[in-house]
Amino acid sequence: MTATPVLLTLAAALLVVGIAGVLARRNLMFMLISVEVLFNAAALAFIAAGAHWAQPDGQIMFLLIISVSGAEAAVALALMLRIERHFGTLDIDAARTLRD
Amino acid sequence: MNEGVAGLLWLVPALPLFGALLLGLAGRRLNDLWCAVIACGSVGLSAALVCLFGSAYFVDSVPQLQTLWVWFDADGVTPRIALRLDGLSLIMAVVITGVGFLIHLYSSGYMAGEEGYARYFAWLNLFVGAMLVLVLADDLLLLFLGWEGVGLCSYLLIGFWYRDAANGAAARKAMIMTMAGDLPLVIGLLLLFSHFGVTAIPALMEQATATWTDSTTLPITLALLLLAGAVGKSAQLPLQTWLPDAMAGPTPVSALIHAATMVTAGVYLIARLHPLFVLAPGVLSLIAWLGAAGLLLAAVSALVQTDIKRVLAYSTISQLGFMFMALGVGAWTAAMFHLFVHAFFKALLFLAAGVASLSLGHERDLRRMGGLRTRQAWAFWGFLAGSASLAALPYVSAGFFSKDLILAEVWQRGRGALWFAGWLGALLTAAYITRAFVIGFLGKACTRITRETDGRMHLPLAVLIVPTLAAGVFELPIGAGGARLFSDLVAPVLPAAADAGHGGWGAMLAVLAPLLGIGMTWYLLRVRPAWSAAWRTSATAGRLSAWWFHGWGFDALYERVLRRPYARLAARLSGDPLDRPFTGLGHGSYRLWHLLSSSQNGQLRRYAAAVAAGTAVLLAMVLP
Repeated sequence: MTATPVLLTLAAALLVVGIAGVLARRNLMFMLISVEVLFNAAALAFIAAGAHWAQPDGQIMFLLIISVSGAEAAVALALMLRIERHFGTLDIDAARTLRD
Repeated sequence: MNEGVAGLLWLVPALPLFGALLLGLAGRRLNDLWCAVIACGSVGLSAALVCLFGSAYFVDSVPQLQTLWVWFDADGVTPRIALRLDGLSLIMAVVITGVGFLIHLYSSGYMAGEEGYARYFAWLNLFVGAMLVLVLADDLLLLFLGWEGVGLCSYLLIGFWYRDAANGAAARKAMIMTMAGDLPLVIGLLLLFSHFGVTAIPALMEQATATWTDSTTLPITLALLLLAGAVGKSAQLPLQTWLPDAMAGPTPVSALIHAATMVTAGVYLIARLHPLFVLAPGVLSLIAWLGAAGLLLAAVSALVQTDIKRVLAYSTISQLGFMFMALGVGAWTAAMFHLFVHAFFKALLFLAAGVASLSLGHERDLRRMGGLRTRQAWAFWGFLAGSASLAALPYVSAGFFSKDLILAEVWQRGRGALWFAGWLGALLTAAYITRAFVIGFLGKACTRITRETDGRMHLPLAVLIVPTLAAGVFELPIGAGGARLFSDLVAPVLPAAADAGHGGWGAMLAVLAPLLGIGMTWYLLRVRPAWSAAWRTSATAGRLSAWWFHGWGFDALYERVLRRPYARLAARLSGDPLDRPFTGLGHGSYRLWHLLSSSQNGQLRRYAAAVAAGTAVLLAMVLP
C-alpha cells in the first residue's frame, strides 16, 4: 500500500532523467539509452498501478512495453548505424538535412 | 447641267484623297517638285470641278445629290456614302478648294527644303479631302467621318515638327480639347440615329421638325450635345485654349486649318442642322452669349499678345465668336457670309505674317519685326489688306459688309446687349489688329532679312487680296442697291435674312466702331507713345496684361481644376488600391508560411522538446 507513492515518484524521476537525457545529450547513443529509460519509467508506472489496484493489466502492459522497446531498439540501432556511416558522426545536431 | 458632269461630284473629295494616298505611299521616292505638283494639282483640279459645279448651281439652283454606295447595313440603319452639293456646301467647298489650293501653292515655297516635304503634303491633301467630305456629306455619319478626319490632320500638322516636344504637346492638347467636345457630339448623333432610325441629314431634319415641339427636353438635350462638338471644333468658350497653342504648326497649316476651314466646321455644323437648333431657343441664346463672350475675351487677349501668330489665333477665336453670335440670333446667312469672308482675310493675314516671319528667319515676335514696307512689300501690303478687312474698314473692305450684316441682324432682333457686345468686339478687333500692324510692320527695322521669298508665296497673297477687299459685293447691305447673291445662293438651305438693315443710329455706330478702334490705337502708339509707355509700366497694367496675355488664365484654371487632380488620381490608381485586399491575402499567407517553416529546422532535440511540452500541456488540460 505505501509502496505506490514511492514507486510513482521513482517512475517520475526516471521520466525526468529520460527526458533530460533526450533533450540534453547530443550523442545519438545516449539519446537511445535515455529513450530506454523513458520506456522503463512508463513500465514502472504501469507495474505500480497494477499492484495498487491488484489488477493484471499493469503486468500485461509491462510485457507489451518491453517488447515494443525491444523492437524500437532494433530499428533505432539500424538507423544509428546508417547515420554514423552517412555523417561520420553520432552528433544528432549534425544530422539536420531533413528540414525545410 | 448634263448628267455626265453631274456624276463627277465624287471626284471633288476623291482627288485630294487620292493625292494624299499617292504622296503617303510613294512620297519618299518622289522629289520635291513632283510632290508639290501632285499636291497642288489634285487640289487645283478639285477647285476647278467645284467652279464648274458652282457655275451650274448659279444658273439653275438645283442641288446635286450623288449616292455612291451604302456604307453598311446595321439592322435597318443604312448610312450611305452620299454627297450633296447645295448652296451651303458649295460655299464651303469654294472656300476649301480655293483657299486650299492657294495655300498648297504657298506651302510649296514656304516648306521648300524642309525635311518631310512629302509627308507635309500628304497630310495637307488628306485634310482637304476630309474637309470636303465633311461639307459635302449628305449623311450625318459621313459628316462625322470627315469631322474626325480633319481633327486627325490638325493633330498631325500641328505636331509636324515633332522633334520639338512642345509641338507634340500642343498637338495633343488640340486633340484632347476637341475630343472633349466630340464625345458629347457622338452621344448626340447616336441619340438622333436611334430615335429616328435614319442617318440622312434632310430626312433627320424633316422628322425632327415634324415630331418635336419647341423647347421639349429631347431637342434641347440634342442641341446641347451637338453644340459641345461645335464649341470644341470652333475653339469657343470654354474649349478655346487649344487654338493659340496650335500655332506651333507651320504657318500655312495655321492659315488653312486653324483659320479658314477646320475651325469653321462648328459654325457649318450648326448652320447645317439649324432646324434642330430652332427647336431649342434657349440653346440658341446660349450660343449667342458664348459667341459674344468668346468674341470679347479673345479680342482683349489679342490686344496684348507679342507673337504675331498668337494675335491671329486669338483673332480667329474672336471672329468665330462673331459667327456664333450670328448663329445664336438665327442669322444663319450672316454667319455663313462672315465665315466666307473671314476665310479669305484670315488666310491672307496668316500667309502675309508667314512671309514676313520666314524672311526674318522665323521671327514671330512683333517687337522684333518692324520696318517691312519697303523690305518685304508683299507681306506688308497683304497684311495691310487683311488688317483692313479684319478691322472692318467701312466700305473698302469685305470684312465691313459681313460684320455689318451680323450687327444689323442682331440689332433688328432687338438684342441690345448682344449688339453692344458685338459693337465693342468690332472696336477691339480694329484696335488689336492696328496695334499688331503698327508694331510689327511699321516703324524701324529690327531684324535683317535672311531669306528671300519667291513667287509661289507672293502669288497667293496677290490673289487673296482681291476677295479680302471685294467679296462684299456678293452681299451688299440693304439700301445699297446691290444684288444679294450670297443670300440667294444659300436661300434654299438657310432661311432668308430679314429684309431690313440697321436703324439710322445703329448703322452710324457700326461704321464708327472700327474707325474709333483704329484711331485710338494709332493715337496711342504713334502720336502719344509716352502715354501708352507710362501705362504699360504701371503695376496694375502689368498684372492685367499678364492675365490677358495668358488668355484670361483658362489654362491655369484647367491645370488646377482638371489636369492636376486627374494626374493625382491616376498616380494613386496606378498602385491598384482595389487590388490591395487580394494581394494582401497572398502576402499574409506567404509571411505565415515563412514563420512556420522556420520551425522545421531539422533539429531532432527541438522536436522532442516540442513533443514533450505538447504532451505536458495536453496532460495538464486533461487531468483535473
